[in-house]
Amino acid sequence: MVDVDPSGVEQPLLRMRGIVKEFPGARALDGVDLEVRPGEVHCLLGQNGAGKSTLIKTLAGAHQPTAGEILIDEEPVVIANPVAALRLGIATIYQELDVVDGLTVAENIYLGHELATGGVSRRSEAARNTRKILDRLGHKEISPHREVGSLPAAGKQIVQLARALSRDARVVIMDEPSAVLDSEEVGNLHRIVRELTADGVAVVYISHRLEEIRQLGDRITVLKDGRTVAESLVVADTPTKELIQLMTGRTVEYAFPDRPGVAEDAEPVLEVEDLGLGTVFSDVSLTVRAGEIVGLAGLVGSGRSEILETIYGARRATSGTVRVGGKRLRPGVVDAAVAAGIGLCPEERKSQGLLLDEPVYRNITLSTFSRIARGGLLDEGAERAAAREQVEALDLRPAGVDRNARTLSGGNQQKALLARWLVHGCRVLLLDEPTRGVDVGARSEIYNLIRRLADDGAAVIVVSSEIPEVLGLADRVLVISDGKAVHEGPAREIDEHAVLDLVMEGSVA
Amino acid sequence: MSQRSALMGPALRMGGLVLALILLIVVGVATAGERFWSTGNLITVLSLAAVTGVVSIGMTFVITSGGIDLSVGAVVGLASVWASTLATQYAAEDYGWWVIPVTALAVGLVAGLINGLLVAYGKMPAFMATLAMLAAARGLAEIIAGRQTQIVDVEPFFDVFQARPLGVPTIVWIFVVVAAAGWFLLNRTTFGRRTVAVGGNPEASRLAGIKIKRHTLYLYGLAGLTAGIGAVILLARTTAGSSTHGTLLELDVIAAVVVGGTLLAGGRGTITGTVLGVLIFSTLTNVFVLNNLDSSVQAIAKGAIIVGAVLLQQWFASRERVSTT
Repeated sequence: MVDVDPSGVEQPLLRMRGIVKEFPGARALDGVDLEVRPGEVHCLLGQNGAGKSTLIKTLAGAHQPTAGEILIDEEPVVIANPVAALRLGIATIYQELDVVDGLTVAENIYLGHELATGGVSRRSEAARNTRKILDRLGHKEISPHREVGSLPAAGKQIVQLARALSRDARVVIMDEPSAVLDSEEVGNLHRIVRELTADGVAVVYISHRLEEIRQLGDRITVLKDGRTVAESLVVADTPTKELIQLMTGRTVEYAFPDRPGVAEDAEPVLEVEDLGLGTVFSDVSLTVRAGEIVGLAGLVGSGRSEILETIYGARRATSGTVRVGGKRLRPGVVDAAVAAGIGLCPEERKSQGLLLDEPVYRNITLSTFSRIARGGLLDEGAERAAAREQVEALDLRPAGVDRNARTLSGGNQQKALLARWLVHGCRVLLLDEPTRGVDVGARSEIYNLIRRLADDGAAVIVVSSEIPEVLGLADRVLVISDGKAVHEGPAREIDEHAVLDLVMEGSVA
Repeated sequence: MSQRSALMGPALRMGGLVLALILLIVVGVATAGERFWSTGNLITVLSLAAVTGVVSIGMTFVITSGGIDLSVGAVVGLASVWASTLATQYAAEDYGWWVIPVTALAVGLVAGLINGLLVAYGKMPAFMATLAMLAAARGLAEIIAGRQTQIVDVEPFFDVFQARPLGVPTIVWIFVVVAAAGWFLLNRTTFGRRTVAVGGNPEASRLAGIKIKRHTLYLYGLAGLTAGIGAVILLARTTAGSSTHGTLLELDVIAAVVVGGTLLAGGRGTITGTVLGVLIFSTLTNVFVLNNLDSSVQAIAKGAIIVGAVLLQQWFASRERVSTT
């Protein structure tokens, strides 16, 4: 089986074929293919929620695929648990830098495979080996006896890399390693990655920074909606614009609802002036009128979600004001925003939006049960009725309001959140990635729903990573890049390419 | 289908608790016969369960919200001492017996609100804030009492709290009323709904506009209040206030709540389960005492019950996950 391919192309070290991973109520991976060769830097690209982390966890042995095949040296393998992954030579460096702060560098590196004789650790040998590995990584200055908690993020990353090398890893998976580093440290990281690959180690590199991928990567695989949409593109032959398009573009065309246009005399409902949040974003001003949908377009990390959360008071603005119907909101107070008639459907539905083990109707009435109640006494009958009405109007399926929210699919969970604000009655609706994790069929429904809300007089802001979605749905668009609004104008007058140009200009600047 | 299994989960859990209690009763009858199965003994069991029971109701709320209160035992001690000082007793002679329970309740409430302030607004981990209160309240109780037992000598107080309306002691009635009020508060009011929501997903609750800090403050206040009620019951039963009252009570209370089926991680709470948990432990104690068995053996049995109950709960929880998907 170890024949060299006659075409001269190197045999892949790791190959994934048709990987599917299903979770209760959701399909996180839906046919992922990936092929990694020894000595290459293989970049994995995709939006939040495209399935990258699920894919990594599958490789690291934390998840078992529902279907599909993983091959190492063209031999099918089962990665039953994290130890099995390490034994197969797959080491993963998570974004969260999972090191034990209270242990020394050497102890961290040999965590789980301690050098010991009869339970007594061979400290000097561990220290010696650690020194050797750190030397190889170009970090002689880190002492094996130093406590890891005292190291900066870059140092912790080195420790994780050293741990991978101590296991003789052949494939090192790095999940956004540069996100926690400053630019000088990033340069150093790149040097280390190049040295690793020169030794024949394959690196699977995940990053949102396109210029970084351009500098470092050999080949790219793009994921979208849990699928591989482009496999093993050669970095040098693929323009950045094409990559962004692959990540953000549509694979299927959706029908967007008509835009009736906003009446000239429609009153401004939401007025945001010079809003800023530390170094995340600054000087954001926008006005949304009744019946209008404003879209925020931008890449991950541009500050889109933070803008919504700051308007809502979930983050405390460091500058600027938010007014609803002319009345200024107290910054950083969510319940004041809710009382003023703002509703937020957050990006992370499960962790920020829903009570997963509570029935659907209680999720729908989470913002209103106090109002429905009489003198502090719950009226669950009225709650059920209000929820049922919305469930029918939104065609939420299955229709029962007593099943737990956990059992709903992504699209129906999103409908439940929209229903929450419909029951509440909102003047301003902030929607963060409303179609994330929503299957293709349900998207048009969600779009129609959002438009209907606007037609009923709500002022709506939509954030989406998918540029066509923003352009198709919104009346007006703000392009956000690097925490600044770089463009504002009617959605009709700008196309995807123009937005991409703006986004890239901004991120280069 | 899934609707039925969602309803069967809690029913099964309750069934398990009832079964455990029946089993204990059978053992009691088999080993102690009449001495166990008599009205007098039954009332003794309930009287001895009253303090743990009342405090467990408050704790059920705190744990359902994802918190913990380690200070309840010490607060019971402090409230019992404060409500039985000479000054309080003179005031009770002058103004009426109600001065004693009101003092105990006020002390409990204030201690609880301090816990709540530290947790909600000081952003301290509940474990540490209430651990600090445990130490401080016990210390303050010792200073006030001068490490002396304070005998209560206010007859009208005992006329009320040692009475037996309908043949059942007042302190048992207090347990019944507090449990019923707790059930109502948790299941039928916005306060209860908020408690479950905050415990189930604090971030989602916050983003839905629930004032979670203020609610957290109230929750610890409620736990302190039930500790105050517990102190009143202890004063009535032992006729004395002492800085050692309620020592290690927090452990019995947490055990009863968790064995009853309230999730330690928050998001699900059951008053019925808590009451059953309290009754299981007090019946266990009673059966051991009646059989003159070593209290150390009893402690081991208690440990075994806790382990068994939590393992069963986890098993139910994992089964529920599967059956609803």
